[in-house]
Amino acid sequence: MTIQTSLGRRGFLASGAAVAGGFSLGFSFPWASAQAAEVQELNAWVVIHPDDKVVIRIARSEMGQGTLTGLAQLVAEELECDWSKVTTEFPTPGENLRRGRIWKNYSTGGSRGIRESNQYVREGGAIAREMLIAAAAAEWKVPAAECTAANSKVTHSSGKSATYGQLAAAAAKLEPPKEVKLKDPKDWKIAGKPLKRLDTLPKLTGEMIYGIDVRLPGMLTASVRACPVHGGKLKTFDAAKVEKMPGVKKVVAIDGNAVAVIADTYWNAKQALDKLPVEWDVGKLGEVQQEQIAAMLKEGLTATEAFVGNKAGDAKAAIEGAARKVEAVYAFPWQSHANMEPMNATALYTPDKCEVWCGTQNGEAALAATSEAAELPISKCDVYKQMLGTGFGRRGRTDYVRQAVLVAKQMPGTPIKLIWSREEDMTHDTYHPTTMCRLVGGLDAQGNVVGMHMRISGQSIAAALAPQTLQNGKDPGVFSALNAGGQESAFAYNMPNLLIDHALRQPHLTPGAWRGVNSNQNAFYSECFIDELAEAAGQDPLAFRLKMLKPKNAAALKAAADKAGYGQPLPAGHFHGISQIMAYGSYVAAVAEVSVSNDGVLKVHKITAAIDPGHIVNPAQTERQVAGSFVYGLSAALYGEITIKDGAVEQTNFDSYNVLRMDGMPKVEAVMAPSGGFWGGVGEPTIVVAVPAVLNGVYKATGKRVRILPLMHQELRKGA
Amino acid sequence: MAALDVNGKSVQANADPRTPLLWVLRDTLGLTGTKYGCGISQCGACTVHVDGVATRSCQMPLSAAAGKKITTIEGLAQNGKLNKIQEAWLANDVPQCGYCQSGMIMAATALLAAKPQPTDADIDAAMTNICRCGTYQQVREAIHAAAKA
Ligand code: FES
Ligand code: FES
Repeated sequence: MTIQTSLGRRGFLASGAAVAGGFSLGFSFPWASAQAAEVQELNAWVVIHPDDKVVIRIARSEMGQGTLTGLAQLVAEELECDWSKVTTEFPTPGENLRRGRIWKNYSTGGSRGIRESNQYVREGGAIAREMLIAAAAAEWKVPAAECTAANSKVTHSSGKSATYGQLAAAAAKLEPPKEVKLKDPKDWKIAGKPLKRLDTLPKLTGEMIYGIDVRLPGMLTASVRACPVHGGKLKTFDAAKVEKMPGVKKVVAIDGNAVAVIADTYWNAKQALDKLPVEWDVGKLGEVQQEQIAAMLKEGLTATEAFVGNKAGDAKAAIEGAARKVEAVYAFPWQSHANMEPMNATALYTPDKCEVWCGTQNGEAALAATSEAAELPISKCDVYKQMLGTGFGRRGRTDYVRQAVLVAKQMPGTPIKLIWSREEDMTHDTYHPTTMCRLVGGLDAQGNVVGMHMRISGQSIAAALAPQTLQNGKDPGVFSALNAGGQESAFAYNMPNLLIDHALRQPHLTPGAWRGVNSNQNAFYSECFIDELAEAAGQDPLAFRLKMLKPKNAAALKAAADKAGYGQPLPAGHFHGISQIMAYGSYVAAVAEVSVSNDGVLKVHKITAAIDPGHIVNPAQTERQVAGSFVYGLSAALYGEITIKDGAVEQTNFDSYNVLRMDGMPKVEAVMAPSGGFWGGVGEPTIVVAVPAVLNGVYKATGKRVRILPLMHQELRKGA
Repeated sequence: MAALDVNGKSVQANADPRTPLLWVLRDTLGLTGTKYGCGISQCGACTVHVDGVATRSCQMPLSAAAGKKITTIEGLAQNGKLNKIQEAWLANDVPQCGYCQSGMIMAATALLAAKPQPTDADIDAAMTNICRCGTYQQVREAIHAAAKA
């Protein structure tokens, strides 16, 4: 297949990001901006061009998960349009506000991009379709019921037909229907199919514009350094020492905790910043060491005060009276997002307007941050969303947007692109929270679980970033995948006596959402401990789980186990470990096939995963999310660890914060097991089952329980 | 001022000779397809070809690049036709966010030029680029597909 690419449009694309009042490019190919006057908006989601091209508006962000393509599939399905004519664009958050939040929520996190908006975007497509049919019926003076829509055409029973492009102008003038009936997913032709992504081609030619690639006329670049100790302050800096360096325009302080050099190019800005003498005021925080943090968390494991997240019966009494008691302590370290594209944003400030170009997971939050930092009303600001070189939760934050605006404010009229170095990015992240967990379980004489107590000690994201969402001090998010019930993240097992509680211990390093969020450590703790209980009960981990699992969790686990051939002979030295969880509204399970060599080298050969998110909008992309999430999860389990020395983060780049590469990639096989009737997420749930499945396999291979991550510090050699 | 041969064109780059080629390409020449990921030769996002060899441009100063034949991701397609690695990437729908993919494609193109039928071990050894989205499985399949094409 030969695809004609149109190279050499870079100048247009870079400035094109700013054009088309209220919309930025959903992706950059194909793009035809002509004939604006004849383009018809049928509703917020659907725009039709005279040549039948369909532009579908996407409010959520695209950061790799395929959300853009999946949402377009859902709209196109109801619209009954020709998929080959579909293109997309992002309405800006400013346009959204001007139109009364017609595109609703922009936030793209918590695996909610598709599941939370599927209903209203499908309705958008269906309403547009009904308007096109009504326009044709009026034109032909026939009942609408005699007309059908398919493949971008309306056809009357007599055989007469018209294209969407021909009908759009008349349809746009009609009153939208108040009610539409959505298709039964079993009748889907575009949604539910493994279609290719819409945004691939420009990612193969260098044409795709990410935030870091934005170029505006007269633009300068800033390199920034914030206080290496989170919470510390900027004391002094000596701008005169670097002001004469090549390309340097200005040295500025921002927010009392950071300093930036503005120069003609990034390299010149960074060179000057590296030479800039800076003094910080870190106070007592500068004395904090990693051992103190570990001690703080450890103390919480047995503290009397704790927030209760899930309680059934009397776990402590049941454990006391049990025939057999099992106890273990686990720990999960801080993780950096290590986004592939470091944080960056470009801002253009004048006293009566402020515009920002950036990758963000939440356009509306970025807009609010712009307005606040610019000290301008929100109506005088806008944000042009660019492609994200990964998000993983980090780009839901707006600290980098605020910095860019504060820098640009000190050079009004000049666009400034602020780029964090990798070192700045890794040391000023909001990190996966660190926690420890003490688990105690009781078994009766037959090996049944009579009670379990799970005490989590450590950080809360909500307490750090959104204290207004705490419930009398309790952060419900801490209990992700451990909740008593509900459609989002319920504990998978029926246990007669259960207590899951959280002692909030908050070291100074800011925690934040990190793909999978709290279900990462909760799956690691609970699913590895369930294996310990199965071992104590003398039972197979699969059979032991199936006795207690709720039906949908059991179905997912069985689907993975069947596909992996669990229980059947494996190559010599290979072992299976399993795990399952419910998170982000989906049921997921994994079987990992691992071996550990005599000198202690772990190899993950294969992971078979099952996912039941209710409905699957694009199985090919869902499969890629399963494999991709495993890479992210396993990177953390094998190598990921952020530690503190003298209050500051010790790891600075991929040499001290290693991640999984090609040679460590297991073969991943994904079993699609949608059971219908609900909408679960896809981007995150599977990440959390990879780690416990692998570690449970490691135990079978070595007899060693890995309870403290990362694995690279653990000795896996036999006998060692 | 240094004379460079980029994607078959001679260009003048007005930058300090110690500036890494990566930033000359991105900031001076406006070729932003080559990406910054680490700046210390760890991630491969900045991979370009220098005289046909896959090279991490964040660690090559402008002075060392002068006079050499440099190809970037923007120079792979010829007359609007993708190269066979890009074609295989398209057919296998490889990218997720896509940010690492310029470097991946440059590394894979160099690998196939040196070893037209690479084994899995060859791929492991040559493709040390980081992909945080975790596209490794698709990258491997696409390289094998391109080798067969
Ligand atoms: S930016 Fe050059 S290897 Fe990472
Ligand atoms: S595709 Fe996103 S980092 Fe590789």
